[in-house]
Amino acid sequence: MSVVATFLFWAFSAAAIVTGWLVFRTDSMVRAAYWLMASFVAVGGILMILNAQFLGLILILMMAGEMTIMAIFMVMFMMNPAGLNPMTMVHQHRTSIVSGAGAFVVLAIVALFADFPDRPVPAGVDPTVDLGVELLGESMLVFESAGVALLAVMIGAVALVSFRGRFGSAEEGSEEPSLETDER
Amino acid sequence: MSLEAVLFVSAALFGVGVYGALSQQSFVMIMMGLELMLNATILAAVAFWWGTTGGNPEGQLLAIVVMAVMAIEAAIGFALVTNVYRVRKADITEKLRKLRN
Repeated sequence: MSVVATFLFWAFSAAAIVTGWLVFRTDSMVRAAYWLMASFVAVGGILMILNAQFLGLILILMMAGEMTIMAIFMVMFMMNPAGLNPMTMVHQHRTSIVSGAGAFVVLAIVALFADFPDRPVPAGVDPTVDLGVELLGESMLVFESAGVALLAVMIGAVALVSFRGRFGSAEEGSEEPSLETDER
Repeated sequence: MSLEAVLFVSAALFGVGVYGALSQQSFVMIMMGLELMLNATILAAVAFWWGTTGGNPEGQLLAIVVMAVMAIEAAIGFALVTNVYRVRKADITEKLRKLRN
């Protein structure tokens, strides 16, 4: 691994962690959405350094789209208009810090001290071609299942947010009303 | 730069995500914490593909599955947040007394 790649890796890593931290430190929820996007872009950069160019690129593309939508939701659910005043929107702060630090320490111990096999991607392999053959070959069922799951999610999301059910307001459920009129 | 270094970065991102998901009051900010944890998962999956599998493309497939999970989480999460606000007029966790204890 060349010096440039190593330097870029540490730069992207620092950017990913710092912007991830800023998501929960900023006063404005819209800025939080864009800090999260910055964190994803930095991770996408790391993926590209790790030879997974396709995955890195679609992560960046996907997150650019998702965070643009996310920013609209952030405006809808903003707790403090415009985020101009300093504010805290946290609860159980100490428990959260301990849990976050604990998760980091445990995972870091595993990362640093576990004995992983050393089998890097061999030279001459094109990961993108490999992934394409895998997606439309052996693992097509997994790939298509993801597509079906996303379709189910679209239907579920529309069902959850719709104002009207089949027979009246959404909260009344889908029970068919009686045809008898009770005007007797 | 080694596998350990990448996994270390992934662990740090995951820790920040855990902190965010547990500490935030607003539902949408909790979802940001979840997304950050999934971000760390993608990084770890690709790191293992890069360092330990000898270029087996199924490692990349795992990252794609996690991305699908991320999209599903975002879509259903926003639908639930919208529904909870409409029914209970709640946008932060403290307002949901019915789920308390």
